[in-house]
Amino acid sequence: MSNKIKIAARNVQVYYGDNHAIKDVSVDILDKTVTAFIGPSGCGKSTFLRCINRMNDTIAISSVQGDILIDGEDIYDSNVDPVQLRAKVGMVFQKPNPFPKSIYDNVAYGPRIHGLARNKADLDEIVERALKRAAIWNEVKDRLLAPGTGLSGGQQQRLCIARAIATEPEVLLMDEPCSALDPIATAQVEELIDELRQDYSVVIVTHSMQQAARVSQKTAFFHLGHLVEYGETDKIFTSPEDPRTESYITGRIG
Amino acid sequence: MTDLPDHTQPQRSLLQQDARTVKRNRAEKRFKMYGIVAIAIGLLMLAILLVTIVGRGTGAFQQTFLTLDVQLLEAKLDKKGDRNIEDIKKVSTFGYAPLMSAALEAKVATLGIQTELKPKAMADILSKDAAAQLRDFVLANPDLIGTSVEFKFLTNSRVDGYMKGRVSRESIANDKNINAAQLDLVDALHAAGALQTQFNLSFITGADASDARPEAAGMGVAMIGSLFMMLVVLILALPIGVAASIYLEEFAPKNLLTDIIEVNIANLAAVPSIVFGILGLAVFINYMHLPNSAPLVGGLVLTLMTLPTIIISTRASLKSVPPSIRDAALGVGASKMQSVFHHVLPLAAPGILTGTIIGLAQALGETAPLLLIGMVGFIASNPPDSIASGLLAPNSAMPAQIYEWAKRADPAFYERAWGGIIILLVFLVTMNAIAVLLRRRFERRW
Repeated sequence: MSNKIKIAARNVQVYYGDNHAIKDVSVDILDKTVTAFIGPSGCGKSTFLRCINRMNDTIAISSVQGDILIDGEDIYDSNVDPVQLRAKVGMVFQKPNPFPKSIYDNVAYGPRIHGLARNKADLDEIVERALKRAAIWNEVKDRLLAPGTGLSGGQQQRLCIARAIATEPEVLLMDEPCSALDPIATAQVEELIDELRQDYSVVIVTHSMQQAARVSQKTAFFHLGHLVEYGETDKIFTSPEDPRTESYITGRIG
Repeated sequence: MTDLPDHTQPQRSLLQQDARTVKRNRAEKRFKMYGIVAIAIGLLMLAILLVTIVGRGTGAFQQTFLTLDVQLLEAKLDKKGDRNIEDIKKVSTFGYAPLMSAALEAKVATLGIQTELKPKAMADILSKDAAAQLRDFVLANPDLIGTSVEFKFLTNSRVDGYMKGRVSRESIANDKNINAAQLDLVDALHAAGALQTQFNLSFITGADASDARPEAAGMGVAMIGSLFMMLVVLILALPIGVAASIYLEEFAPKNLLTDIIEVNIANLAAVPSIVFGILGLAVFINYMHLPNSAPLVGGLVLTLMTLPTIIISTRASLKSVPPSIRDAALGVGASKMQSVFHHVLPLAAPGILTGTIIGLAQALGETAPLLLIGMVGFIASNPPDSIASGLLAPNSAMPAQIYEWAKRADPAFYERAWGGIIILLVFLVTMNAIAVLLRRRFERRW
């Protein structure tokens, strides 16, 4: 765990039309750390996650106020192109969503559009590296040209992780990456998240408190759009300060 | 089950249906029957339609020909004898008529057929188009002048009708075009094998003919007119429609203005096609001064008519691409346009193609707008000789040609209208089959 701040949010407000979804959230997310966002459904944790790579821009009625800084740069500055931002901040979604193309093309797509490979050999290497780091290389190396949609759910999700890290992002956002997976696939993805911590700042939204406890070093608890408590994962789960956090982790709300 | 000693007693037996279940099952059975009856009626109507069309239309693909040996006399056709094509062209069809008449007389004589008919009346069993047929043949083969050639002449539509059973000896009582003696001659020639009914390719490839020569009329030129119109529709409607749909579906902000546009596109799809016809007349012909009756104008009008269909089906197939694919593309840093063109559009392509082909098929069968821009009527007698004249020279279209034939007085044209419908239906069924095949072939599941 590093002590450098990768992402700094200050007084972030998010509105969906008249609905005030995120209320005055300020948080510092550290580099090379897994940060978990937990909280009951509809508390705003996914919304906040999507602010970090400006995926909320695609929803016409949403508006974001406040500042989010990555490496000290305001990502909502008018000079920032969200496309460039998203190359730096990769995302893995709740439901595995491989492109209906080959496994190879799924991973190669990002590097291709960002011009990361000079030639075919380069691209092959990037694809292999990404698949290896996503711990799926051994399962797919013999069928790289088979469709990505033909893999099992857990494999698809690891393929999506490979796709996200192939563009060499610095931050990896994961929106409930294991909610559609069985326990074995979940364990594989969790192990992978722990590995990815070596190089990335990983932010994971999860419904499973056990998962948050297993994979993260820092945990943030959201409730009704507020960031209620943020701190070391061990501390949040053993001696939370806020009574709402305690109620949630002991299963009384949520 | 007697080996198991203690059973509880059922409060209500499952082996007997209660009144409610019986009633419910009956209702379901009745409903299924209504459905089957409705489909059966539909199928019956379709069968009647097809049988009628095929029964009445196949005759148009057959034509009665009379085979004669014609002496192409140099003295009549090429007086200078130097085979100069310009000089040969100066000989009109009147110059050819005596050659045919003589050939027919010779044929009757060699076959030993007894008839009281004068040579002129004998020649009346041939089509009024026969001389032109022979002239075209000679102009194409001037080297044959001075020789004797065996040539198949079209017969008069009454003779053709008599051979097909449409005309009988009773029905010609008041017909000035043919008499019983001529039919005797026809019977004799048929018995001798000179007069035959056979497949007539020029019905598919030929041009329309005037009222007095139904036997010479064909669909070919109208088909070319339709083809050029479809080309214009495809070139204009596909890119415009797809671009408009992509913009509306993927890029346009959702506000009052786009809502109004959306509602109006849906409304345009329901506007009667004749309205597009009068719009085309006002805008393309009266205001922009494009030529009357031109397939270009027809194509433009049909483009307007087809656009809403293409836009609606394209938007539906774009909508059916799951949003997770867009998220995935945006998530790896693709721009909006890259996500649309690399991922969404390929997935929507089968739906777009299907919609386009259905739209084209609809446009192909459309007659009403063509009425107003002058594409219905006896228009073109020659196929266009270049792409420009194909677009700009007056022409008709397949459905317009069918309508035109159906309203002419001679029953021989009526038969051709049904034949035209067969050709049109073959085109439409082919296009729809291609649409289904494309969808099957390229549909991807995720």
